[in-house]
Amino acid sequence: MSKPQFVYVSYIETTPEKLWEALTSSEFTRQYWFGSEVRSDWKVGSPFALLMDGETTDSGEILEADPPRRLSYSFKHQKFRELRGEPISRVVFTIEPFGSLVRLTVLHDGFVEGGKYLGAVSNGWPAILSGLKSLLERGKVLDIPRAALDKGFDVK
Amino acid sequence: MNLDQFKPLTVYTIYIASTPEKVWEALTSAEFSRKYFSSFAVEMEPKLGGRFIVRAPDGSEHISGEVFECDPPNRLTVSWNVNWPGLVEKLGLTIVTYEIEPAGEAVRLTMSERHDRALSDDILSGGRTGWPAILSGLKSLLETGKAPQITMAPPMQMLAALKAMGIKTP
Repeated sequence: MSKPQFVYVSYIETTPEKLWEALTSSEFTRQYWFGSEVRSDWKVGSPFALLMDGETTDSGEILEADPPRRLSYSFKHQKFRELRGEPISRVVFTIEPFGSLVRLTVLHDGFVEGGKYLGAVSNGWPAILSGLKSLLERGKVLDIPRAALDKGFDVK
Repeated sequence: MNLDQFKPLTVYTIYIASTPEKVWEALTSAEFSRKYFSSFAVEMEPKLGGRFIVRAPDGSEHISGEVFECDPPNRLTVSWNVNWPGLVEKLGLTIVTYEIEPAGEAVRLTMSERHDRALSDDILSGGRTGWPAILSGLKSLLETGKAPQITMAPPMQMLAALKAMGIKTP
């Protein structure tokens, strides 16, 4: 049995620098992360926060920052009561040049067996990262209802 | 055949700014698939029991299968068997299901690769590497009119695992 984790790979027509910026600038994330803003100075050990409508939904600490190749932060949910009891998880972004494209690998791990958080995350990331790819490739995000993020609560 | 005995071992979801009809066409037509799927041609008879083929650029049948569920433009299930000697005998059938759902102004496409037995991560690495490339290309094609050239290296981890099971790979 493999440990509970979520992995998502996407090939994006962009540069590693632009992708790094899209992952670390609140201007960008607000557009594809359903209005959420990332906040950090992106130095190892610094705090990380994700805010939606001014409210912190998730928070953590920068674990690795090697622009424009690798970024990792811890991730602890703060908003929904049913998810607040879950342990601190970890997100790792790996950015690799791939021919004329960039390969982005998102690994989210540190879940408990049978927890609700993995289901939520497994539904959220594809929606967020699909929007990111659209934004970088055609300058426009996808109009996906915010409900796509919450869909996973009851799944698995 | 009872499809319920096939469990999803690899799932990939992607949202595409398109319509369900266009996503269905892109998944099932040779003209589209050649653009985003390394010049491979998908040929399908859109009916239950119809043939499903993925033809390599040299004209050979790389993948052969049959249509098990066909509800355009919402749901398609096919068998997806790579034509390497001994592969189906050792791994069982590979079943691929596409679910296409409207999501606001976008479409949510979920691909599930299903098997009737446990398979190692090494064996599954081929699909887990390939699907993101194929479906990233499909999304780009439908959204920008242009599919990027994603040239994949041979799936060495999977090929080594298949060879160890006595399956003849190219």
